[in-house]
Amino acid sequence: MDRRQFIKTTAAGAASAALASCGVKGGKPQSEGTMEMRTNPINGDKVSLLGYGCMRWQMIKDEEGRDIIDQDSVDELVDMAIASGVNYFDTSPAYLQGQSEKASAAALNRHPRNSYFLATKLSNFRNWSREASMKMYYDSFDVMETDYIDYYLLHNIGRGGFEAFSRRYIENGMMDFLLAQREKGKIRQLGFSFHGSQPEFDAMLATHDTYKYDFVQIQLNYVDWKHADGVRNVNADYLYDKITALGLPIVVMEPLQGGALANLPRSIAQQLKERDPDASAASWAMRFVGTHPGVLTVLSGMTYQEHLEDNLSTFTGFKPLSEAELDFLERLATTMKEYPTVNCTACNYCMPCPWGVDIPGTFQHYNRAVGEGDFPQNPQQKDFARLRRRYLLSYDRAVESLRQASHCIGCKECLTHCPQSINIPAELHRIDRYIEKIRREG
Amino acid sequence: MLRKIRIIIAGLMLAGITLLFLDITGALHAWLGWIAKLQFFPAVMAVNLGAVALLLLLTLLFGRIYCSVICPLGIFQDILSRLGKKRRFGYKPERKWLRYGVLALFIAALVAGVQVFVAFIEPYSAYGRMVQNLLAPLWDWGNNLLAWISARAGAYAFWPKEVWLRSLPTLIVAVVTLVALAILAIKGGRAYCNNICPVGTMLSLVSRFSMFRPVIDTSKCKNCGSCARQCKASCINAKEHKIDYSRCVDCFDCIDDCKFGALRYRFAWGRKKASGTAEGDSGRRAFLTVSALAGGSLLAKAQEKKTDGGFAQILPKTRPQRKTPITPAGSFGPKHFYDTCTACQLCVAACPNNVLRPSSSLEHLMQPEMSYEKGYCRPECTKCADLCPAGAIFPLTPELKSAIHIGIASVDRSLCVVETDGVSCGNCARHCPAGAIQMVRKDPDDEDSLMIPSVDESRCIGCGACENLCPARPLSAITVNGRSNHIID
Repeated sequence: MDRRQFIKTTAAGAASAALASCGVKGGKPQSEGTMEMRTNPINGDKVSLLGYGCMRWQMIKDEEGRDIIDQDSVDELVDMAIASGVNYFDTSPAYLQGQSEKASAAALNRHPRNSYFLATKLSNFRNWSREASMKMYYDSFDVMETDYIDYYLLHNIGRGGFEAFSRRYIENGMMDFLLAQREKGKIRQLGFSFHGSQPEFDAMLATHDTYKYDFVQIQLNYVDWKHADGVRNVNADYLYDKITALGLPIVVMEPLQGGALANLPRSIAQQLKERDPDASAASWAMRFVGTHPGVLTVLSGMTYQEHLEDNLSTFTGFKPLSEAELDFLERLATTMKEYPTVNCTACNYCMPCPWGVDIPGTFQHYNRAVGEGDFPQNPQQKDFARLRRRYLLSYDRAVESLRQASHCIGCKECLTHCPQSINIPAELHRIDRYIEKIRREG
Repeated sequence: MLRKIRIIIAGLMLAGITLLFLDITGALHAWLGWIAKLQFFPAVMAVNLGAVALLLLLTLLFGRIYCSVICPLGIFQDILSRLGKKRRFGYKPERKWLRYGVLALFIAALVAGVQVFVAFIEPYSAYGRMVQNLLAPLWDWGNNLLAWISARAGAYAFWPKEVWLRSLPTLIVAVVTLVALAILAIKGGRAYCNNICPVGTMLSLVSRFSMFRPVIDTSKCKNCGSCARQCKASCINAKEHKIDYSRCVDCFDCIDDCKFGALRYRFAWGRKKASGTAEGDSGRRAFLTVSALAGGSLLAKAQEKKTDGGFAQILPKTRPQRKTPITPAGSFGPKHFYDTCTACQLCVAACPNNVLRPSSSLEHLMQPEMSYEKGYCRPECTKCADLCPAGAIFPLTPELKSAIHIGIASVDRSLCVVETDGVSCGNCARHCPAGAIQMVRKDPDDEDSLMIPSVDESRCIGCGACENLCPARPLSAITVNGRSNHIID
């Protein structure tokens, strides 16, 4: 072998290794084919079925101990996503303590502006004055260094009822302003993201005649499809039918319920693995969402490369679920609702709790223990002492004692912020009572 | 041979009692608690007649082996003493006036309720104080390193323990104790034990008459004087072939040392009578008299500081003024507790909820008190009562403990977040294990009024759950005062 030949071979090897590292998960070959694309019925945009949710970038500490986004990892993930055909990126001025827009755009701006669709939101929850709302709107353009936004959303509609919508967008004249911006082409598509009950949703859709929305963003996954909270949140199948009836495309958020459907209770995970030992739990949930033709794109907040790789293998050469598989997931969802877990997606909208409680941390720890199925319940249980010790120790590890559920005073400040309609104080008190009971059995 | 056996037993006993103080798991308490109960002075305070009789009998039979293998401070001094040169001692006559003078002062302090002096020179307390204040932090930091590794490995073998300064004065006293002891031990071997230690002096009254004792066989002795130079108790008068058994701690160093086999440990009752003393007798009587005094005000200062980041800031709690100190269930009340407690710090070391800490007040310096800034007295925990060797806290079951009223909570409405922030709360009522807190309407005429807490004094047990979990910071809106007499439901 001469020198030239050697270089050729190693270069090819390196290239294939690089490719392999992009598309292979746990040694499983990447699905054949290309990224599944959907066409926006309103303007003909060709959008990748997998969209990137920019709410969960990896956070690290800077020199002064503050949380900052790890820009290097954002750059890498964005490059890899775009190279694999992902072309929809969804952010908000509120995400990640206000850092998401800047970090996401910094990575995206290294690519041609017409190679991806950019979505952001008017997240004027806390101050809905016209001045503050206008500033938030223009800041998005400045921070992201762009002249137009492809998909612009009225953020988190439904919470606080139609009144809140009216206050945030109609009374302050922002709606008229945004419609004018759409006319000018600054906003290419205008829509809203929704969390709430049926009357609120119906009221919102009734305004479609006036405002002519271009799309709607909803929470859709195989649990919320028919098993949403019901009182404060409406089932996704209802939302889906109503929106598609209007001919509008649907952008889906929380396809994994904040990761819950990727980290399933052990017995549920077992059933999925028995059906397909090679498929990840997340891939089932992703395929469920993609199976619905009215879905334009599925937003997934992929923090790590492994998340992205798993999703890429699902959406490249996408295979919709069969009728039998849909039935199977529906049965699974029914069993899942029987677990006393809290359907917190760790979106952190409730934080910081004014009294210092780590709300998502407490819920996550509790869910994990319940999901494992071997959490301490009563002293008669086999191995109770060991389970009790492990549960209490892991609780202290997961949540600092001053931020545990026992410190929730029930002020209800968090209630209005939760997109999942979790009765946070009631759930914290329930968990606290459980832990107190377990403690006393020592 | 005897010396080797002595060293092995002493090593085991010292390791055992030290671990008792350092144990984080609480699992060793059941196995090693007896070593603490065997300590002479705490046993006297606890009126633990069995232990006292056993120790006196042991001393009568074998001399002061208690000082060589049971007393942790004695063993610790032997270790310190090794830092000095060999054969640096020599016979010194007994300093009776000093020994009995200190013992008399000790008893007077005990009777007068000056527990600081008692705790300062009492050997077991001195040792416990050094371990708890000087060694435990190092041990805990080591443990926390393992806990850190363990958490990263997803294992549950170790968990972190907070290291915090419970009382600066006590820490200072511990340092002084260590320095003083090191100087005494290196210079004079068992100088503390034979001049100052009240337990040593008390046992010496019996050991003078001990049945087994080292005896010099004059027919074999070559008068080399090596044994006297080796004797850390300075009690061998080689010239006259006499040994002062009131000071001999039966370490057997001399027996091992004698090249001529002139020293033997053997039955020798009745020979060489030594005379008892008036002070000693009065001392023994004084011990049986019941002690008095205690109570009064407490000057409290919080000394910890902690920083926080990330979430909403949480201010550390400061200690409220308590009219009457809170003492553990099983102590009957501050009077019995402070009269009996020898300030050995064992309960402070064992408290898993960071409730017990040595007092910094002059009156009860080093003796523990309860406070609820870092935790509260959990209903399922009886660790301090299980362990106390001095009878200051009597053992009890969790059920009985929860029926004992050790304090009374009271509400300062001006600090309650319902008043200051206009939010609903009720965290105190939600966590009261006795159901002693009732939420009542702030405005009785308003149906939808916010609810404020009120304490049912007859039900409150004083555990401090309300105070610890009160969201008002740095001072809690609901605080507990001790009861002067604990009562049982």
